[in-house]
Amino acid sequence: MSDLIKPELVCPAGTPASLRTAVDAGANSVYCGFKGPTNARNFPGLNFSKKELSESVKYAHDKDAMVLAAINSFPTAGRTDLWKQSVDDAVDIGIDAVIIADIGMAKYVAEQHPDQRLHLSVQAGASSPEAINFYVERFNVKRVVLPRILTVPEIKRVHDAIDCEIEAFVFGNIGMMAEGRCSLTNYVTGISTNMDGVCSPASHVDYEPDEDDGLTTRLGDFAIDCISCGETAGYPTICKGRYDTAHKKNYYAFEEPISLNLTRLLPDLMKAGVTALKIEGRQRSRAYIRSVVSAFRDAVDAYAAGEEPDITELIALTEGHKETQGAFKSKSWR
Amino acid sequence: MSAQLTLGPVQYNWAPEDWRDFYFKVADETPVETVFIGEVICSKRAPLYDNQLPDVVERLHDAGKHVIFSTLSEVTTDIDRRLVKRIAQSEGFPIEANDVSALQQMAAGPHHIGPLMNCYNEEALEVYAANGAKSICLNPEMPRVGIAALAEAAERHGVELEVQVYGRMSLALSARCYHARAHNRTKDSCLFVCDEDPDGMRLDTLEGDQFLTVNGIQTQSHSVLNLIDCLDDLQSIGINRFRISPQSIGTFTAIQAFDDVLNDRISPSEALKKMRDDSVDAPFSNGFYHQRPGYEWHDKVPAE
Repeated sequence: MSDLIKPELVCPAGTPASLRTAVDAGANSVYCGFKGPTNARNFPGLNFSKKELSESVKYAHDKDAMVLAAINSFPTAGRTDLWKQSVDDAVDIGIDAVIIADIGMAKYVAEQHPDQRLHLSVQAGASSPEAINFYVERFNVKRVVLPRILTVPEIKRVHDAIDCEIEAFVFGNIGMMAEGRCSLTNYVTGISTNMDGVCSPASHVDYEPDEDDGLTTRLGDFAIDCISCGETAGYPTICKGRYDTAHKKNYYAFEEPISLNLTRLLPDLMKAGVTALKIEGRQRSRAYIRSVVSAFRDAVDAYAAGEEPDITELIALTEGHKETQGAFKSKSWR
Repeated sequence: MSAQLTLGPVQYNWAPEDWRDFYFKVADETPVETVFIGEVICSKRAPLYDNQLPDVVERLHDAGKHVIFSTLSEVTTDIDRRLVKRIAQSEGFPIEANDVSALQQMAAGPHHIGPLMNCYNEEALEVYAANGAKSICLNPEMPRVGIAALAEAAERHGVELEVQVYGRMSLALSARCYHARAHNRTKDSCLFVCDEDPDGMRLDTLEGDQFLTVNGIQTQSHSVLNLIDCLDDLQSIGINRFRISPQSIGTFTAIQAFDDVLNDRISPSEALKKMRDDSVDAPFSNGFYHQRPGYEWHDKVPAE
């Protein structure tokens, strides 16, 4: 047996069916959001009504799983009521934790619902012990979701310097820009990631065949990539597009369309004191959720038992079949 | 309350002598009342200015400028953390926080909230106000309607709001240095290659459209924000602090133009013409203010 403490496996759900799938596949907790702009995955057809969330919480609790409500976008002045109502609804439903990014909404939860467990969203961009401790001391935050920019040794140092739990992303999309501080989408589309909860809205994405049998990908009026035949590509975002500079042509200026996969680093993360391992992908299908959650369940259980898991299936599921350990492995990623 | 111009921190890697001369000229020749100073993008750059800093601060103080030290925006490594701590804990200097970690380490007392921190709503403003913030500079993506609602809250809490009215807009921050990446280097092995681009490195689409500007870990707009024809409107909703963000070209012309318009010496369209004749090679934009894509220009006058 290993002496590693088995971490909580936190899984995404964009629909009630996905939530049930995640719970059945072995998730310890599932995170999801309400329909509309109050969360950072405000996509058409995605997310929960209050009734759906209430039923989902009951389903999860019956199977000893928890549900976390992501209310993690930034309400603009004059429209905070919707966000407050979402917090009230989540508390009313009996949610296990609310995940907040906005400092004002953190205050609202702490003042209006002092007994409600509060998590700090990755969208808050709290990347240092000092920043995290500010939220812990002011708003009694119980867990921080760390930005995907720290190495494992840095995570360990953060862990040793803060008074709350750490949740770390281990799989899925890798956002290149500091979360909660990116207005690239708004610059091009007029829709704000922070204020409206949408990055690269599908309504503004366009694929246009070009003369070389490739596809030019556009967001709004700007070409953000050109995909030639046979190339696989992930969902188009500005930070994973190809551009020209004076020094380098036709290259991924920010990051390639690759996915984060930290399966191999799981034991290190567990040793670093990470309480919860988070899988990205509330926009993903049930089939995807089932495969990824089951595979991670097996991997975490194997590592905790001191065994070496089979991770070939997880690698096949990564975006464009390319994977990375991102910032977590070494500083050279930066 | 009378309108005042402020000067945001230089965000690029300028040669230390150019940086010093820029601030000497600000001290000697401009009507800006408040000058924000300090490295907000990369902790590796900060020591480059240490030798110049005392002279620059003295010159600005002698000219009657209010000098405020801006803190680093993206705080990850121990070097980043030490830099923030050093500035946040220096006694007697007013601070502009650009990251929550600065708030945590500052001595209690008056300070300022920078545009690289999020303040989108009344509740957030209340947190900052209760913590001692005297002014808050808003993220340039805030639309007019949000600014107006926030201005009402600001008045209730005795906080002044500031809005960037000129200069390239910060659109994203990252832990990775994209300047280094363009030169096949990493952040740790960058050799300070960002010093080649005093107004950032242009990033074009594969179709040749000028799109974004890379400044180390920061991604900026290619277009230059210009709210010269919104000054009346901004004042009507209660905004009186207007921030110019420095570029290596045209900043002094812009300061003069904004000052002239605020004092009714010239019209916004005359001012715009002057600024067009002396600016980095990029169009002006004001889309965010009008709740439109940020790169757009909305006016009777064409952008170029």
